[in-house]
Amino acid sequence: MAKRLSVIDIDRCVGCQSCMFACTRRTAQGGLEESRIHVQSAGGFSRGFVVIVCRACFDPPCARVCPTDALVPREGGGVRFHTEKCIGCHNCQKACPFGAALWDETQGKPRICVYCGYCARYCPYDVIALEEIREDKETARPIPDPKAKPAT
Amino acid sequence: MLSNDPLQRVLFIDLTKRRFWIESRPTLFEDNLGGSGAAIGLLEEFCPEGVDPLGPDNPIIFTVGALTGFYPLASKTVAMFKSPHTGNLGESHAGGRSAIAIRMAGYGGIVIMGRSEMPVYLVINSDGVAFRDASALWGTRSSYTTGDVLRKREPGTGLRTIMRIGRAGEELVSYACVITETYRHFGRLGLGAVFGSKQLKAIIIGGKRNLEPADRKRYRQSYDEIYKRATDSPMMQKYHELGTPMNVLPLDTIGALPTRNLQSGTFEGATGISGEHLAADYLGRRVACAHCPVACIHLAALRIPYPNDPYFYKTLMLGYDHEPIYATGSMLGIGDASGMLQLMDEVEVLGLDVMTAGVALAWATEALDRELITEEETDGLKLAFGDTQTYIEAVKRIVTQPTDFYRALARGIDHAAAQYGGADYALTFGGNEMPGYHTGPACHIGYLTGARHSHLDSAGYSLDQDAAKTGTALNPEQVATELFEEERWRQVLTSLVICLFARKVYEPEIVIEALAAIGYERTIQELTALGAGILKRKAKFKEREGFNMTELRIPRRIFETPSPAGPFEEDFVRQALAAYAALLQG
Repeated sequence: MAKRLSVIDIDRCVGCQSCMFACTRRTAQGGLEESRIHVQSAGGFSRGFVVIVCRACFDPPCARVCPTDALVPREGGGVRFHTEKCIGCHNCQKACPFGAALWDETQGKPRICVYCGYCARYCPYDVIALEEIREDKETARPIPDPKAKPAT
Repeated sequence: MLSNDPLQRVLFIDLTKRRFWIESRPTLFEDNLGGSGAAIGLLEEFCPEGVDPLGPDNPIIFTVGALTGFYPLASKTVAMFKSPHTGNLGESHAGGRSAIAIRMAGYGGIVIMGRSEMPVYLVINSDGVAFRDASALWGTRSSYTTGDVLRKREPGTGLRTIMRIGRAGEELVSYACVITETYRHFGRLGLGAVFGSKQLKAIIIGGKRNLEPADRKRYRQSYDEIYKRATDSPMMQKYHELGTPMNVLPLDTIGALPTRNLQSGTFEGATGISGEHLAADYLGRRVACAHCPVACIHLAALRIPYPNDPYFYKTLMLGYDHEPIYATGSMLGIGDASGMLQLMDEVEVLGLDVMTAGVALAWATEALDRELITEEETDGLKLAFGDTQTYIEAVKRIVTQPTDFYRALARGIDHAAAQYGGADYALTFGGNEMPGYHTGPACHIGYLTGARHSHLDSAGYSLDQDAAKTGTALNPEQVATELFEEERWRQVLTSLVICLFARKVYEPEIVIEALAAIGYERTIQELTALGAGILKRKAKFKEREGFNMTELRIPRRIFETPSPAGPFEEDFVRQALAAYAALLQG
């Protein structure tokens, strides 16, 4: 079964961005350029936070608009990214309604979640978790986790 | 330092000529690691002797540290400037997203000089600076509005800081603050007034980049060790649970909670403003600075009905901590949380340092009570301990300054007391209004000797409490030595811009390993020497600007109001000051 990163309870997010730093540190670097997850306020800190990360769609719009097949659907949901094929056209960025094709300005290419769950290990308040995507056998659509709230 | 570390880049901004340039300063950051150390170096270089703190030649310096962006809790920005409040060293630290934003924009330091001919705000990224018209923002009633407007107007959400001033900064109140991310502040010593004097309304800084460690494996190991200490161990628990207001009740119990202008060390209303009560009835959300898993920022949700309009309510989200609670609560005799939070909110709207504002109102209340001033001076306000609504009106007048009295109070208690008297109960230390601890002699000696005249310089309150616990009374030289050693090590922490709440996470050997993994090989001896050097350089700057530790005024009130340490004499404090001055010379 394919896995994805789920936002379990956004109301517990304190905006520390430990997940963002973890995502770049996965490549053993400091900073944020490599991060494939983004946390921002919901319009000022008083309103809480929003976590932006790939929700592993079954029929991903980002892959549909990729002109070079750099983004291909992953079996069970989500996409795989072949960086060498990417021409940096930004189509995927525009197609994702969540904004989860985050942009790496240095490379001129998107950074999309690889569903490894490294970030979740550094979330101090269990806001995010790596979960198996459950699939409806008849419709081949993912069954939403009743516990999970939408990513945005 | 690795040669590709952007920490060495310093951004210079000339507001007069609307120019900016970037200089590489590897030695400054190699020698000082960033933060306080790099800032004092830049202050020595760019702050002319005897400069008018509110003139164009007073520089505003921001620095971050080597660990910022690599490790958690290295999340503070150091601001340095000549203080319009004390006339010497202005040093103030703030978190929020400021430090990460500066580091990710690719700078170790920012130096702002000159004075804009019209109100401006600055937008800073890795390429440099855009100067934007802020004339429409100038004069808006509430500091919240500036944040709301700029948040929508400028891009980069999640990866930026928005520093801004309120009306207090525009009106050059000497203790105006700079607000960042709504709930964090460069609170003390008047950075907001320096912004105002330059017609600088706000600064937005943001960016995103990778930082290359020297040893990737060692870096991840070091990170995990620090992260574990910050999240799993009990050392950060108090900040995480009740937050700093957990201090209110214990301080009250031992008689160390300054109350009614320190006429008492206990407050009968302490329960009403305690961390426990606020958490139970008001805590609405907890938030964190960028790259800090602790999340010590506690926001109260305060629902206020409109008195004459049924079914109309407003709900404020308001940050609270021990110091604002002391300053707008016990110090003013206010024991109801709702009233206290409303006063705190007005202070936020205006953009004042809440600590100085509260202590200034406490002094004014006693001065009115003792008839040094009349209601003519207070513009008809009958200031009285516990009267929240009158205080809300009075704090507005510190900014609008309708009388000579408020004009004086807008420059701090020392300035007002020089005109109206009442120095015996003017609770300032080195010109800075007191923090919320009256634990014994060491806390006050700490306020007097600390480079920033802050309780965070050397934590004298902790020394008093340890002495009380173990039943050992320290002599003045021992107090001076202990405070000096603590303040010396804290220069290392603040040069690395480590939040001082995390001082127990970042023990010396942890710091050394964290630095080594990113290319800074240091020994404990080298770090200690660095700390001592920075402390001495700050002292030298202060002396250059007229500060003399041995001639400091000591408010009589601290000897009159019993402290948990029992009575102590002025002689004791004077001896400790002399010993501290000698240590700074040594």
